[in-house]
Amino acid sequence: MYAQMIKSTGKTVKSLDEMDPQERAFQERIDAGGKIEPRDWMPEGYRKTLIRQIGQHAHSEIVGQLPEGNWITRAPTLERKAILLAKVQDEAGHGLYLYCAAETLGVSRDDLTRDLLSGKMKYSSIFNYPTLTWADMGAVGWLVDGAAIMNQVPLQRTSYGPYARAMVRICKEESFHQRQGFDIMMKMASGTEAQRKMAQDALNRFWYPSLMMFGPSDENSVHSAQNMAWKIKMNTNDELRQKFVDQTVPQAEYLGLTVPDAHLKWNEERGHYDFSEPDWEEFFDVLNGNGPCSKERLEARNKAWDDGAWVRDGLMAHAEKKKARKLAAE
Amino acid sequence: MQNEWPLWEVFIRGQHGLSHRHVGSLHAADAEGAIKNARDVYTRRNEGVSIWVVEASAIAASSPDEKGPLYEPSNDKIYRHPTFYDIPDDAGAM
Amino acid sequence: MSDPLFEFLCRMGDNTLVLGHRVSEWCGTAPVLEEDIALANTALDLIGQTTLWLNLAGEVEGRGRDADALAFRRDVWDFRNLFLVEQPNGDFGQTMMRQFLFDSWHRLYLTGLTESSDARISAIAEKSLKEVSYHLDRATDTVIGLGDGTEESHARMQAALDRLWPFVGEMFAGDAVDAALARQGTAPDPAKLRSGFDEQVGKVLAEATLVRPDSDFAHKGGKTGTRHSEHLGHMLAQMQWLQRAYPDATW
Repeated sequence: MYAQMIKSTGKTVKSLDEMDPQERAFQERIDAGGKIEPRDWMPEGYRKTLIRQIGQHAHSEIVGQLPEGNWITRAPTLERKAILLAKVQDEAGHGLYLYCAAETLGVSRDDLTRDLLSGKMKYSSIFNYPTLTWADMGAVGWLVDGAAIMNQVPLQRTSYGPYARAMVRICKEESFHQRQGFDIMMKMASGTEAQRKMAQDALNRFWYPSLMMFGPSDENSVHSAQNMAWKIKMNTNDELRQKFVDQTVPQAEYLGLTVPDAHLKWNEERGHYDFSEPDWEEFFDVLNGNGPCSKERLEARNKAWDDGAWVRDGLMAHAEKKKARKLAAE
Repeated sequence: MQNEWPLWEVFIRGQHGLSHRHVGSLHAADAEGAIKNARDVYTRRNEGVSIWVVEASAIAASSPDEKGPLYEPSNDKIYRHPTFYDIPDDAGAM
Repeated sequence: MSDPLFEFLCRMGDNTLVLGHRVSEWCGTAPVLEEDIALANTALDLIGQTTLWLNLAGEVEGRGRDADALAFRRDVWDFRNLFLVEQPNGDFGQTMMRQFLFDSWHRLYLTGLTESSDARISAIAEKSLKEVSYHLDRATDTVIGLGDGTEESHARMQAALDRLWPFVGEMFAGDAVDAALARQGTAPDPAKLRSGFDEQVGKVLAEATLVRPDSDFAHKGGKTGTRHSEHLGHMLAQMQWLQRAYPDATW
């Protein structure tokens, strides 16, 4: 998802009996649907894993501005330009809310940013793919935001209060993102021959990367089991991927587009679609910095950060001077 | 200089006359900047008509360890709630 | 001279179109997230104003063109924006200085337009004025903050001011179109706004510890369309590309 492959701590998930009283009370509170708040006691592993997950989620929002930002200056109408800009602006906002949630755990936004810029922390694999045509703005909204929503809606119930509250706000704001993407796809799919071709091409390129967003199967992953016990992960990757496919395939049919999977078939018995797995080797390559746009994305973020240093410092210096002048006057 | 802008907590009063409510946080160099940033970050969808900001480090908060002494004593004061009293329907609206 | 009203509306709409486009180029790359979001708000306001001005321009022209047709299907020589707004973003300081100088003029001009004898114009001005007052507030704070910030930020802001000052004069240089509109009470005479601008900008520059350049040399030609910079063509190549490449498509 926006947070992929989040490693938890510890080798196995402890049972309640193996926990000391403090940890046991903590786990029981989560089991009962209670929320953990910043000043509450929490196991170090919970804190660290959350920082990793929320940080990665925030980084994904910020890096995720770039592939769509790529088309703001080329949007074909004033209204499309405004919609796209408002959407990418929301992503900056979502990154901001998430960084703030992470900050309640004792890291600063600048620390997290430096870890992103050095490549130490990751962001979602999906944003390392290029956006080549205007139809990609449709596909990203429809598929990428669609996949993100699958994950984000349940995270509104996550055990960590500030994270859950950020997700509530994000989900509320994001409800237009997928719809504007589908709206672009509808226009393209019912448009000229060239537009239909663009729409199909965008689906072809974004289908498997979207499936990868959920991460590889984690049925047997200890990390995943621990994160689910802590309720910072709410569903398995396979569950969410299946749900996404089941929801998306009929939408593709509605658009008159073909999902690029020869094995895609409704399975009456399971009540779900059977579908092909994405190329997981490609996924790991992308995650390790070898995505088609990995270098450009990190370069863009680094440049923005470096170019902005004098501005951040300048405004801070002015604020300090102003404060000093005010004190001197009193 | 490696000097991160301080963190501010943002409180917004909506259109409908309810109190200011905590909506989130942001960074700004000073209070004026924090109000403007709050306007741009937290009122993009008509959420508010009034903004308060306070530097996060200036907030004093109750300790979670004192949850028992702080909040439990009010649990059994059920006579503070209107539903404690049984008023016959015949007495009319009250 | 073509219809002065149409000319005037294109000037208004092209200013906001071109500046909105420039500001939107920052999306995803601003110095901090809060600024990124604020810049997007400014750009969105300007795009909204563009739609209002250019739709009205199309209506006045009466040839069936709407805002999109005017924005995406005219070439450089038809654009009527000020030289100032088509200047490249440069660094963040140059972007904010451009914004400050433009907003300072824009707010005065829009204030005049709220008294326009043409109700359609005063309505757009009324709405825009609120947005632009905020843009100016924000840009003013930034110019002061960075001018009075560090040695580096001060130097960069002074360089931005020096670079952009030659584009200030055009905002107040009236021509036959301005004269015709002023006579009808449609729009204020821009020359009359200069003293208010100088006073207000002077105050801010003083607080920002920046020095107003001595020379009042002014580039001309943007708003009359007789000359633009080379930058505008590149902007249009990008902005209009889809509409030009697929002229029979709707989006």
